[in-house]
Amino acid sequence: MGHVSSTLAPGCAHCGLPVPLARKAPPGDAAFCCDGCATVHAVLNEHGLTRYYTLAKEAGDGRPAKVTGRSHEELDDAAFTARACAPLPGGLLATDLFLEGVHCAACVWLVEKVPSMVDGAIEVRLDLPRSRARVVWDPARARLSDLAVALDRLGYPVHPYRGGRAAALRERENRELLLKIGVAGAVAGNVMAIAFGLYGGFLHGIEPEYLRLFRFTSLIVALPSVFWCGATFFLGAFRAVRARSLSMDVPIAIGLSAGYAQGAFNTIRSTGEVYFDVVTTLVFLLLVGRYLLKRRQGSAVEAAELLASLSPSSARVIDGDVEREVPLEALVPGMRVAVRTGETFPADGRIVDGRSSVDLALLTGESRPVEVVCGDAVHAGTVNLGGRLEVAVDRTGEDTRVGRLMRLVEDSARRRAPIVQLADRIAGRFVAAVLALAGVTFAIWWHVSTQLAFDHAIALLIVTCPCALGLATPLAISAAIGRAARAGFLIRGADVVETLSQGGRMILDKTGTLTTGELTILRFWGREEVRALVAAAEAHSSHPVARALASPHPPAMGPVEIEETQGGGIVGRVGRHALVAGSPAFFAARFPVWPDEIRDRVTSWSGEGMTPVVAAVDGAVCAVFGLGAPLHGDAREAIASMRKLGYEPSIVSGDHPGAVAAVAHALGVPPDRARGGASPEDKVAAVIEGREYARVVMVGDGVNDAAALAAANVGIAVHGGAEAAFSVADVFVTRPGVARLVELVEGCRHTLRVVKRNLVFSLAYNVIAVGLAMTGLINPLVAAILMPLSSLTVIASSSLARSFAPYRRLPWR
Amino acid sequence: MAVMFVLLPAALLFAAAAVAVFAWAARSGQFDDLETPAMRILGDDEPKKPSERRMVD
Repeated sequence: MGHVSSTLAPGCAHCGLPVPLARKAPPGDAAFCCDGCATVHAVLNEHGLTRYYTLAKEAGDGRPAKVTGRSHEELDDAAFTARACAPLPGGLLATDLFLEGVHCAACVWLVEKVPSMVDGAIEVRLDLPRSRARVVWDPARARLSDLAVALDRLGYPVHPYRGGRAAALRERENRELLLKIGVAGAVAGNVMAIAFGLYGGFLHGIEPEYLRLFRFTSLIVALPSVFWCGATFFLGAFRAVRARSLSMDVPIAIGLSAGYAQGAFNTIRSTGEVYFDVVTTLVFLLLVGRYLLKRRQGSAVEAAELLASLSPSSARVIDGDVEREVPLEALVPGMRVAVRTGETFPADGRIVDGRSSVDLALLTGESRPVEVVCGDAVHAGTVNLGGRLEVAVDRTGEDTRVGRLMRLVEDSARRRAPIVQLADRIAGRFVAAVLALAGVTFAIWWHVSTQLAFDHAIALLIVTCPCALGLATPLAISAAIGRAARAGFLIRGADVVETLSQGGRMILDKTGTLTTGELTILRFWGREEVRALVAAAEAHSSHPVARALASPHPPAMGPVEIEETQGGGIVGRVGRHALVAGSPAFFAARFPVWPDEIRDRVTSWSGEGMTPVVAAVDGAVCAVFGLGAPLHGDAREAIASMRKLGYEPSIVSGDHPGAVAAVAHALGVPPDRARGGASPEDKVAAVIEGREYARVVMVGDGVNDAAALAAANVGIAVHGGAEAAFSVADVFVTRPGVARLVELVEGCRHTLRVVKRNLVFSLAYNVIAVGLAMTGLINPLVAAILMPLSSLTVIASSSLARSFAPYRRLPWR
Repeated sequence: MAVMFVLLPAALLFAAAAVAVFAWAARSGQFDDLETPAMRILGDDEPKKPSERRMVD
């Protein structure tokens, strides 16, 4: 072998990632890792936007740019304009677009520079957490597609923002609630300030005209807080009573109205006590709790909507000699569509021109790319890996295989039994007890004096106002869900946290869940030099199998000349050697004589679900590679930890049974708990069968898992999956690795411990407070101090909890 | 102490003004996105023109 040069390649001039050998540039010139980065780099230089690189360096987070080269004509469609664009004064139009790949301050800067690149673009404002850009343009000077193309050429693929109306509605509700919190907070603060004057008077004496001034002012100021900001509690209580049940809102509503009414009565009569400070503080704290909860839930819903926006929205229809883009809805059977490398098929159909390989992983769980030629069927939702294909459309929309699967998913979701929440169960009993005790207090003190009976019963209702109790569960869980989102877990609801912490059966998908989605060399037999020769040769090919065989920095082997042949192989020269590498079928035609060692390995490795690749050097068959998707490095420990956390793991996969058995063996899952070749319907059946014995947690990533995710008690969709899986799952895990599942379950268990701690504390507080109130020992000063103190304790306990310990990196950016 | 009859309504007027400003901010969407504006400030800072730079040096 010649000298080995191992100098590290300088990174891509755009994103800094390693540059493949085939793209090496002469020293001094910029080299790029992919066409996307090269395009973006050129666009930035052309428009004088190179400041991006200064900003991006500060963010320290390079990513290869993705440029789709779409024309985005579908955005200029009159129907789209009418549905999604809002007219502004001056003849301008505005709409929201979803941008893929925005993740840092440099992206914000670059996206908002689009008006300097496109004449007629007025303004672009990016909302980074939602990956949403609001664009304003002048239809007389530019089309929306011009802006979309500019954004695409900057490396941010553009999608129309789906679910815009729901998002707008949520935003309006959010603002309305925020406004109510602001008013309630201002009122509570001012009434509290006045109340200090009253407490001073209570201790040191006060002249009657000031007493009346303070009380009447409080009465008027508290009015909007109770009846406008607090209206939601009265509505909730009314709804609960009409449905013949008791919710948290009932004692809150009774406490608020009784407290305010009694205060008003005493103010007018100039007798007794007033509780305006307590009442207004209560409204404020309860609203803050609700706002936090809503915000958390909102962010999970938004994540699901963004994923829905990612699915293809247009298709390239071939019309004679020209290609034009049409919205997906306009696609009908019989049309011919072009699908380029890396794109998702927009419909089911048959290939009429071209050959390629297709990634079916999301639809069937098959980890090997499948070769397709003219006449083969392809399905919507799968990805074209190889080259450009022309497809005659057979079925579109809901009639496609994915469409039918999604209907199955909806049916499964509808069957799911509702889970009664922990807090609601406790609250119902607690509310009944408080109302009964208030009645008892009133009856007992009635014999002493009417005024005292009213005072003590209302004091009891207010001091036990389930403020701390009401906050205990939602606050602990919403704080945990918020921390979980930062740690990369998007949790859809509070009940999920409770269910996940209890253990049961965990059914795992294999492809993409336990294994990484990418092919690598799992086994090799032959001399190391052959391996290096193949790596050097395959570095010049872009076929997915070739990418697995090529090493990122191959040693210099001399000049490389290779030819890729149709049918799965390469033929050529590397340095002084003649090299052939390819699939066994490709080899059988060329080399009739194989050594037994190689023939045996090809057979046994195929049986284990691997893709064998054979290599010949200088005319002799001398090496064999076994390619497959490797396990996540942390999978074995993670499965062992899962057992300790009370889960019985099993594997159900659509992949080759041999591959599934090999993975089960490596993970220590018993063979009878590992099943391969399972259809989506089989997965649902496995989940439903499991639910007869225990809680079932389903973990998966593909469209083929979606129905099972919906049927399970909790469905977890993992990193890199299909949008169908995300839309039905209860949890999305946004970082790769199996250990994330352990973190998730541990976080949920810890959260539930915090909830229980909060509940125990607030129940203890309430028992003591009830005792004091019934015996008539509570005066307004004590009540006013105790009530917020108990709430503050619960808030502190929830926010300082360590469940889902924060990570520095933000998720999904 | 009669000044209380003036001071208390005056203080409440200030509070009402603050609430009005908050209402405008909430309704016009100032609190919708709490993250991006903090990053926008990084990009606003264009490099100085050569003439200005010389004056500073």
